[in-house]
This record gives sequence, C-alpha cells and structure tokens, in this order.
Amino acid sequence: MLKIENLSYNIFEDEKDREILNDISLNFEKGKIYVITGPNGSGKSTLVKIVMGIKKQTSGKIFFNGKDISNLSINERANLGISYAFQQPVTFKGLKVRDLLDIASHKKNDFNTLCDYLAQVGLCAKEYINRPLDDKLSGGELKRIELALTLARKTPLNIFDEPEAGIDLWSFDNLTNIFKNLKNTTNIIVSHQTKILEIADYVILLKNGKVVKIGSYSEVKPFIENATCGKLRSQNGQD
Amino acid sequence: MDKIDKDLLEKITDLHKIELGAFNIRKNGQAIDKKSTKEIEIVPKKDKSGIDVFVKPNVKNKALHIPVIITMGGLNDLVYNDFYVGENSSITIVAGCGIHNSTSENSVHNGIHSFHLEKNSQVKYIERHIGVGNGSGGKILNPVTKIYQKENSSLHIETLQIGGVTSSIRKTFARLGENAKLEVQENILTTDEEKAETEFKVVLKGKKSSVEVVSHSVARNNSFQKFKSNLVGENDCFGHVECDGILLDNARIVSVPMIDAKDNNSSLVHEAAIGKIAGDELVKLMSLGLSQEEAENTIIKGFLMG
Ligand SMILES: Nc1ncnc2c1ncn2[C@@H]1O[C@H](COP(=O)(O)OP(=O)(O)OP(=O)(O)O)[C@@H](O)[C@H]1O
Ligand SMILES: [Mg+2]
Repeated sequence: MLKIENLSYNIFEDEKDREILNDISLNFEKGKIYVITGPNGSGKSTLVKIVMGIKKQTSGKIFFNGKDISNLSINERANLGISYAFQQPVTFKGLKVRDLLDIASHKKNDFNTLCDYLAQVGLCAKEYINRPLDDKLSGGELKRIELALTLARKTPLNIFDEPEAGIDLWSFDNLTNIFKNLKNTTNIIVSHQTKILEIADYVILLKNGKVVKIGSYSEVKPFIENATCGKLRSQNGQD
Repeated sequence: MDKIDKDLLEKITDLHKIELGAFNIRKNGQAIDKKSTKEIEIVPKKDKSGIDVFVKPNVKNKALHIPVIITMGGLNDLVYNDFYVGENSSITIVAGCGIHNSTSENSVHNGIHSFHLEKNSQVKYIERHIGVGNGSGGKILNPVTKIYQKENSSLHIETLQIGGVTSSIRKTFARLGENAKLEVQENILTTDEEKAETEFKVVLKGKKSSVEVVSHSVARNNSFQKFKSNLVGENDCFGHVECDGILLDNARIVSVPMIDAKDNNSSLVHEAAIGKIAGDELVKLMSLGLSQEEAENTIIKGFLMG
C-alpha cells in the first residue's frame, strides 16, 4: 500500500553535500506492523517525515495505494489517509487538547467521544480536554496526546515516531496493545524498544541512511546489536 | 434599538454570559439606558459626559455592563467613567465599544476610565473593541485607563480588539499598593492599514505588589502595532511583561520594553517575541488535514481567543 522507490535525501552542510538517506526502496503491505529501528541519527525520522511530506526527498518516488504522492503537500497526503505522530510533539499558544482532537477527527466531538480518544492512551478526559496543548503539559502527557490525535484520525496508514519516548514503563503493555488492536491498518513505528520490536511483522534496520536488513525481529536482531555497537564505537573514535 | 445596535451589543458583550445586573448603555454620545442596583450605583456626571460608578463594600460576585455603541460617522465621543469599588467587594465589569460606520467621516470614541480599588476588592474588567461597516470613515478608539489599587486588591483586565478598528491608541497607567495584584491580558488583531498602539506604565509602589501583562498581537497585511511598557519597581515587588506577536504579509510590530527597578528588591522581567507564525504548528495542523490557510487561521484564532 506504500511503496518507496530509490529515495535519497541530501543536505548541504559545510560547503558540501551530506547524504542522510541513500537509495532506499521499501514496500509496505496492507495490515502489517513495521518497526523501523537503528542508531540515533541513522535517518529514521527523516524517512518518515519524507513520507508525510514534511521534508522533501532529493530524489526518488513514493507511491500510496498506487498513486504517486512524491510531490503532494502535507495536507494532501494527510487527506489521502496518512497520519504521523511526531517524535517531538508540537505545542501551541492558545489551542486546547479538544480543539486538536476535533481537527484530527474532522468533527466536533462530544465529551464521551473525546473521552474514548484519551482513554485509549491512558488519560482521563475530564482533566485534559480543556487544557491548552502547550509546554505546561509534561513530556509523557504530550506524547500520549500526540498518539491520541493520530488514532482519532482513523487513517489506513499510521506512522508513529518513537511513541514510547517518555511513556512510563508501567503503561508499556497498553501501548503495544494499541498497535496490536489497530486492525486492517498499516502501521509504521519508529522505535528502539524491544517490546515494540517484538510485535513487528517486519523490522527494518537503518544504519547511516541505508537499509541494512529487513525481516522478522529474530532475523534482524543480530544485526541490530552490531549496528548499535558500530555506531557507539565510531562515536568514540575507536572504529 | 435596531438590528445594527443589537448586533454591535452582542459582539461586544456575548462572550460573557453573566447575569445582567447594573448597566449603562451609551449610543452615539448619549446615555440611552441605565439601571442601578442596590449594590452598584450609577450616577451621571454633571460637569462632563460620563458616569461615576459606586460599588458598595462587601458586594459579592456582581456584574456591571457598560457598552458603548456608535452607529454614525462624524462623531467625536469623549466620555469619562470613574469606578469606585468598595472594600471586600468583587465584581465583573463588561465594557467595550462597537463602532459601525458606513459613512466617509471618522467616528471616534475616547473613553477615559479610572478605577479606584479599595482594600481587598477584586475586579474583573473585560473590554472588547470592534469596528464594522464598510464606509471609508475611520473607526477610531483611544481608551485611557487609570488604575489605583489599595492593599490586597486585585484587578484582572482582558482587552480584545479583533479587527476593524482603523486606529487605536490605548494608554494604561496603574499604581499598586501593598500586595495589590494587576493582571492584564491584551489580544489585538490588526489588518489592512490599521494601526494599534498600546502603552503601559505601572508603578509598583507597595510591598509585594505584582503585575503580569500578557500581550498577544497578530498583525496582517500592511498593519502596524506598537507595544510599549514601562514597569517601575519602588519596593519588594514582582513584574512580568510578555509581548508575543505574529506577523503576516507586510505587517510590522514594534515592542518597546522599559523596566526600572528603583528598589533593589524588585524583580522585573520583559519578554518579547515577534515573528512569523510558527512553522511546526503549521506543519502539525496540515498533517491533521488542514490546508495551509485553514491552519494559519486556526493558529491565529487560538492565539487571540484561546
Ligand atoms: N535539517 C537538518 N540539518 C542538519 N542535519 C540534519 C537535518 N535534518 C536531519 N539531519 C541529520 O540527519 C541525520 C538523521 O536524522 P534523523 O532525525 O532522521 O535521525 P533518527 O534516526 O530519527 O535519530 P533518533 O533516533 O535520534 O531520533 C542526523 O545526523 C541529523 O543530524
Ligand atoms: Mg528520530
């Protein structure tokens, strides 16, 4: 349902081109859970932002249900049925949690519906719907609301960028259950967490902007350990 | 009252669904209706245009509405309203001015207000300003507010000017006594060739007095806004001014901060940030399906009314 073809992304830095993503081709099937993992800075967020249209690829193409979306705007992609939960949730000056949920679901919701959206992510609606979505909310609260916004859209393709970040371990099973219960939708989750990797149908391992390995978690697992080590070693200058 | 009058009145008072208590309605330079209550007495001034309002001591949670409407061009309205709020009283005052001008002559309203808050009194003052009507004549507002707060009193001011006002110069002066607290939230939208200027001077005279001013401005097209504030700390006191502006098109916003800590126990802060609409806010809303224009309007509406 989502197809990425020969995707590359370069930035111009220190008077030369730097390659962030290098010739990535991936095919995502309907109804499956994909977990993209890889060391910090390997290009995971960049890849999913390009899918959402937030960043523009240097070259390559993206197809969604057979339609070339490579040059569509963010909202055109959103309205075709793609959702993206940000790694760093955005805060606003003056918009309330309920305003955002109404926007995400394209309707004016009553209290009970808002309650359902927030209960899924373990928040009590009464305490949150009228709160401004600003930085007075804690990191974990913002992440949960970000998740609720994505779920409220009920789109066929959902992308979650490190949804577990800031969520207490105690709620972890609830989080994985959310993904398991998203039936008939395609889910791409960027994550470092074992518990999330374990629910993947496919794990995609990125390293230095390249797909190193794709397969079941058990197939990819040995490569993940190497990838992380490699990155740490090179960071310490011992490579 | 005709339809234009009613529309204007609604626009400047609808947000505040408080039971209508005492009121005074002024139209085209004349007081057209008024009602005093046993707690709030409205007395027309004898020497000039305007009213004196006396709120008795120990009055709790009452409301006073004092809307002004102008539906003609060529009027230069000058009015003096003085409020005396007794000890321990708490009231909400809803003021505001709606100008509907479809002529080619200017309509001007200059409202000169003074607030005298006795010990322990609490006042919430809500003021909305709008201009409508498509005549070429200006819709001009120049409010002046003088505030004198005694011990432990608190005043919360909300000012909303949401477009259509050709030009406004808003001047506020306050002097705060011991432990007095002043909060101001000012939200202003200017479009086209409009100009809006705000000037605050707050003297923190009393020990533990505090002031908090939050200004949100949105300037579109070729409009211009200027925000000037001056806090003077004369005691162990706290003052915070936050001026946040969103610029669109060719608009301009100027923020002029001045803080003067005369007493070395005063703590005074002025923060100002002016810039384009935040890119990440736009991106987030577009990723939820809004077009760029819808996203911009949603952000601006939240920023001004949220
Ligand atoms: N606008 C930019 N300017 C400079 N460098 C950038 C920019 N965007 C991304 N990068 C770089 O691209 C690389 C990939 O970043 P990206 O955010 O995609 O990594 P990631 O895999 O999501 O990492 P993490 O696990 O830390 O979230 C990083 O080295 C980052 O510094
Ligand atoms: Mg990332």
